[in-house]
Amino acid sequence: MKALTFAILSEPEERLDLSPLTPSRLAGLSQVQIAKLRIGTSSHPVMVGDVFNVSGTDLHSIVFEGSTKRFDRVGAGLTAGSIRVDGDVGREAGRKMSGGSLTIQGSADDHAGSGMIDGRIEIKGNTGSYLGGPLAGEMVGMSGGLLIVRGKASDYAGDRLRRGIIAIGKGCGGYAGYRMIAGTIAIAGRVGAVPGYLMKRGSILFDRHPTELSPTFVPCGEPDIAFSSLFDRFLMREKIMNRPLLGDRPGRYGGDNAVLGKGEILFRRKF
Amino acid sequence: MQQLIRNGVLIDDTFAEAFGMRATAIIITAPSLKWARQAAITMTGFATSVIGCGCEAAIDVELPASQTPDGRPGCRVMIFAMGTDELQKQLKNRLGQCVLTSPGSACFADLEGTASLNLGNALRYFGDGWQISKKFGGKHYWRVPVMDGEFLCEATTGLSKLAVGGGNLLFLAADSDKALNAAEHAVAAIARIPGAIMPFPGGVVRSGSKIGAKYKGVMASTNEAFAPTLRGVVDSALTPEINSVLEVVIDGETEETVAAAMRAGIKAAISLGPKKGALRISAGNYGGKLGKFHYHLKDLLP
Repeated sequence: MKALTFAILSEPEERLDLSPLTPSRLAGLSQVQIAKLRIGTSSHPVMVGDVFNVSGTDLHSIVFEGSTKRFDRVGAGLTAGSIRVDGDVGREAGRKMSGGSLTIQGSADDHAGSGMIDGRIEIKGNTGSYLGGPLAGEMVGMSGGLLIVRGKASDYAGDRLRRGIIAIGKGCGGYAGYRMIAGTIAIAGRVGAVPGYLMKRGSILFDRHPTELSPTFVPCGEPDIAFSSLFDRFLMREKIMNRPLLGDRPGRYGGDNAVLGKGEILFRRKF
Repeated sequence: MQQLIRNGVLIDDTFAEAFGMRATAIIITAPSLKWARQAAITMTGFATSVIGCGCEAAIDVELPASQTPDGRPGCRVMIFAMGTDELQKQLKNRLGQCVLTSPGSACFADLEGTASLNLGNALRYFGDGWQISKKFGGKHYWRVPVMDGEFLCEATTGLSKLAVGGGNLLFLAADSDKALNAAEHAVAAIARIPGAIMPFPGGVVRSGSKIGAKYKGVMASTNEAFAPTLRGVVDSALTPEINSVLEVVIDGETEETVAAAMRAGIKAAISLGPKKGALRISAGNYGGKLGKFHYHLKDLLP
């Protein structure tokens, strides 16, 4: 069975809400019905057929051939199956998804993986701000699953992370792990200002000493802990990183002592 | 009793009677094999028989760094008990007193079973609020701060209800050196069978028992039929040339594991021959009424 494929016909003239195009929401619909689904966001919204040429029948494997930054909410609410996007996407990709996998070959805009519950998101390019974070008014951000960014993440990555793992391959902006509740953020590459700002619990892992750390983080030595090699091996086994992130005896900071202070920043030391 | 002969060694046409048990397995790792082994030996100390120890436990195999979850040397430990509650109690106490306390140790589940037993879930409170929960790769771990760093422990391990305990072999020899030689060879061969442990000291028991005694309240007492000093005065199972008997008791992950272990043990003792080892190989049973699993020696010959 060929993957259900949405091939772009032309650049849409408005932002699109692609959340209806997930396996569970498309189940039972004919191709004609799918083509009539409204995905536009203006007062005269466009339909699927206006933007895409739809082919294939396998609902559990959805492919977007060609995409633009105007594709918002791709894979939002995904519960099972896989969605692959050939290019860039807009905001809130994979928001609140609770299973399955979402692969984005290009970059994603703000709030990628927002409030994600479970499943796996892989973004080959960069992401905007608030990776995995909550929307305004929500109390928690990502609460489970695995969110991988191969490129760079902008500011506030992992805002209010509750559970799950965020892995970033090429560095992050400021305020990574902002208001983190728990969970794990693993970051290789350059680190922006004040990571872990106001984090309560959870772990932020770096492959280098973070600069511009908040003064409310206190050094906790270089303990020999088995967790670092266990997690390094997990990252390499899942092909998230291609070399150990932390190495043996990582350095540790405890914080943020402006709040609960049970979080940690672990980082690879220079030998 | 009909007897079979292999390489000059007599094999009784009898069977070992074994019981269904509950079992679990964990991997204990440490910075060096020495300390992994130390934690494992301490944890499996005083665990020879469920009669008096609550469980039967021993090291199954030693694992090189490449085969453990955290890339450090380790030991796979198996623990057997008659019931789930007792197994959980023994596991928790032994883990808390012997593994948590051992320098640099970490502990991982190593058995997929029908139910789960608490590992780190039972010990995390030692962290007094500073314990850290981590879930990744489909597994849940607890990190408990301790004086040399952290005790890393998987939250749960699996429980198997397919385990079998009480597989055994009796080595009857002309003297105690030869009996011990036969038993040691069997132990070395069985140690190579994955999933089988021999919980007694060095794998060997010298005080084989029967059920009950002439004294009230004594659950088990000496098996006089196999005691050479009583050969003349009781209804003995020993012939005049036998002066020492040693037993190897085997617990296995499955019925097949025990059979494989017994087969390996018999083969090792037979290849040793009667001049250096056992003149006769037998097995212990209770007439076949108590245990569900019967291992007939004639089916296990090389």
